[in-house]
Amino acid sequence: MSLLRVQGLTAGYGGAPVLSDVDFEVRAGTVLAVLGANGAGKTTLLRSVSGLLKPTAGTVSFDGCDLRGVRVEHLVRRGLAHVPEGRGIVAELTVAENLRLGGLWRADRDAVRADLDEVYGLFPALAARRGHAGHQLSGGERQMLALGRALMARPRLLLVDEPSLGLAPKAVAQVMAILRHLRDTTGLAVLLVEQNVRSALAVADEAVVLALGRIAAAGPAAALRDDTALRHAYLGF
Amino acid sequence: MRVLPGNTLLRHLLIAAAGGAALWALTYQLELYRDYQLATAAAYLCATAGLTVLTGLNGQLSLGHGALMAVGAYTVALSQDKWGILSLSLALGVLAALAAGLVIGLAAARLRGPYLAGVTLAVAVAVPAVTTTWSSVFNSDQGLPVALDPPPGTLALEQWQAWLAVGCALGVLVLLANLTRSRFGRDFRAVRDDETAARLAGIDVARTQVLAFVVSAAGAGLGGGLLAVLTQSVSPGAYALSLSLYLLMAVVVGGLGSLAGAVWGALLLVFLPDLTHQLTVGLALSPGAAQRVEGNLPLAVFGLTLVIVMIAAPGGLQGLLRKLVPFRTITPLPKSEERPVSDAQRT
Amino acid sequence: MERWLFLTTDGLSKGAVYAAFALAIVLIWRATRIVNFAQGAMAVAAVYVAYSVTAATGSYWLGFAAAVLSGLVLGAVVERVVMRFVEHAPPLNAVIVALGLVLLVQAVLGSIYGNEYRPVGTPVSRTGLSVGGVSLLSAYDLLVFGAVGLVVAGLALLFTRTPVGLRMRASAFAPEVSRLLGVNVAGMLTLGWALASAVGALAGLLVIPTELGLHPNAMDLVFVSSFTAAVVGGLDSPVGAVVGGLAVGLVLSYVAGYLSADVTPLAALVLLLAVLLVRPGGLFATTATRRV
Ligand SMILES: Nc1ncnc2c1ncn2[C@@H]1O[C@H](COP(=O)(O)OP(=O)(O)O)[C@@H](O)[C@H]1O
Ligand SMILES: [Mg+2]
Repeated sequence: MSLLRVQGLTAGYGGAPVLSDVDFEVRAGTVLAVLGANGAGKTTLLRSVSGLLKPTAGTVSFDGCDLRGVRVEHLVRRGLAHVPEGRGIVAELTVAENLRLGGLWRADRDAVRADLDEVYGLFPALAARRGHAGHQLSGGERQMLALGRALMARPRLLLVDEPSLGLAPKAVAQVMAILRHLRDTTGLAVLLVEQNVRSALAVADEAVVLALGRIAAAGPAAALRDDTALRHAYLGF
Repeated sequence: MRVLPGNTLLRHLLIAAAGGAALWALTYQLELYRDYQLATAAAYLCATAGLTVLTGLNGQLSLGHGALMAVGAYTVALSQDKWGILSLSLALGVLAALAAGLVIGLAAARLRGPYLAGVTLAVAVAVPAVTTTWSSVFNSDQGLPVALDPPPGTLALEQWQAWLAVGCALGVLVLLANLTRSRFGRDFRAVRDDETAARLAGIDVARTQVLAFVVSAAGAGLGGGLLAVLTQSVSPGAYALSLSLYLLMAVVVGGLGSLAGAVWGALLLVFLPDLTHQLTVGLALSPGAAQRVEGNLPLAVFGLTLVIVMIAAPGGLQGLLRKLVPFRTITPLPKSEERPVSDAQRT
Repeated sequence: MERWLFLTTDGLSKGAVYAAFALAIVLIWRATRIVNFAQGAMAVAAVYVAYSVTAATGSYWLGFAAAVLSGLVLGAVVERVVMRFVEHAPPLNAVIVALGLVLLVQAVLGSIYGNEYRPVGTPVSRTGLSVGGVSLLSAYDLLVFGAVGLVVAGLALLFTRTPVGLRMRASAFAPEVSRLLGVNVAGMLTLGWALASAVGALAGLLVIPTELGLHPNAMDLVFVSSFTAAVVGGLDSPVGAVVGGLAVGLVLSYVAGYLSADVTPLAALVLLLAVLLVRPGGLFATTATRRV
């Protein structure tokens, strides 16, 4: 069953469209990787999906419901969380405050408390630094915080923009492992934007390749991994 | 189609001469109090033209131009009292404002946005304090009279005042129009648009900003001096914070950064109160209320206009006109970025 | 020595008001990067409401409550109707719009109430209690300290201890991320303006009876002094605003007492310039990286 369906999506910043006629879908409980070089339009794609950028054409529907006209701040209430490029943690707030912010809209206070414990269990590094301000964290810790904060909303779909950016290989592996773990244990679906093709394909179920704002290839992750010609043409390895 | 000469200075002088001749003829046609209004508008124009160069072209906001006008006005009053030579007094008024502008400008060059606005606001608010602190010179709230020789021949005072003020205003316009078309004008705009880029392009940003402030202060000083000559008195009440805000309103509503906009703004400053006066007469109010409303309606209209223009049409009147009538004839000062490159290189 | 004590308590009392007013400036600056130059005029408007309500009901405290409430409403309206449209424009535009509001509000007040000074009463005596022959704190000074103290403590609690405060801080620091996390950022901005304007109204209520009286321009000088206080504190720091307010109150009180009351506007100007040119980050900044 498809959780997110994107059809004919065209978007840009006033000039020539950055994205043209993009189609794909994310099925519930799966990881879809969006791969592409710098400037391919990956961030633009995620921003159009969550409505931070208004698409000029096309539709985005989540759980069978058209997202046009849904205010950005209502997305988490529907189960869609977006971890923006550069993590987007609030550097002036503490780790604990950042995490609280993630679940602040929820009315089920007890469940929120339980989820907080769960996040701290998932990321022990954060538990040790609850009172530290965001700007005191390392890059890896920031990414953990951004993911943990998104999880506080108990999303069904997670949009993640280049979580590996600027992280040491070990931290990248850790992030990918957590995404895989979440998919396997909670049925979380993930739309994973990455330039780090190897790591992304290692967790993804399916993948699309974005080149110059268009879908250049799509298919099961394993197939893309094995398609040498495609890898050489678009993915550079 | 180019009927006017290509040389910038010559072209501006011709336009000014034509305008001056038309206005000179006009002063004979107008009633005396209209002549007086014309003179007042011309005095304001000296200040608004200076302010639009500072704020519109150079991007520095000043809420202290009313205070700079006060510097010019008090200097004229004091100098008239001592020597009674009007040309000398006006020149001294300009010089005094120039010096004050240099001091504020030196500080302003290190300040940005709201900080600069705050400092110049403090300057404007401090004017009455200066006049009371040195009351033996400035005579506190009462202010000073401005002694004037009678006008030459049988000329009516108002008509003579109109000649004087219009002549000065045209002079200011020609000077500023040439300045904005010169290398300095381009530097002003470059600094306004992007300080870092301007610095990389070899422009001394601080010096450019100080220069803009000084030039603009000189205009304000002349405007204030003329105003003192027109009203034949100076007092802190006439140069309160609201005057600075009026000037700002005038240049914003006229169209920031365009000298034509400064003309619109100056006219508005004089004729809007006239208009609101008609309006209050039309309203059937009790005498007390009528007096309160009449005194405040221009302020309200100015304020509301400022808010609406800034939100809906930041280009001001001149911007709207330019959209409606896109002819070169009414746009003597196109912004550099709108000019073809070859034009910009030639000047 | 006696004079010094008197000037000190008087300065602290004025300083408390500047602190509250500076706090209001800082709240809006942190949330929107706008210095609300209309804050003085808005506060005066609220005090006129108090004046009318008190005149009609005979109760100071009803007027007081009405002023704070109208401050809230005025702040929200100004943000919704006007400031929202310049929040993303160049900084110059917001300043100019605020100045337009100053003219508009002052003109409306002048049309309704006239442009003369009106004396405003206080609920308790302004005569200093005599301590060992020295006239010190008056009951009114105590009221000022109490009210400002309550406001400062209340705001501190609101911002650090409540979900709304967390939302407001997050909205100010990272509006886009906050929206993604489900925060109604636009609503938080409106709330921030409303709160700041109410605090400004309170400061106006407290300070106007101690000066010349009620007048459309009554807060012009208070605004300059409080802006100076906010800049002394770093403009970004609520704690800095409070300390800066007290400091500016003291300095201006000493200047008025030992030199002349007439020169206080000049002293405020000199102080503002000195801070901006010597310590642009404010006296309490740990880093001096701010561009002013
Ligand atoms: N705010 C913006 N304004 C204008 N152009 C932008 C903006 N953001 C991105 N772009 C352009 O859109 C294209 C795609 O950018 P982006 O979506 O960030 O790519 P990616 O995330 O794949 O690196 C690039 O050419 C970039 O220059
Ligand atoms: Mg990107």
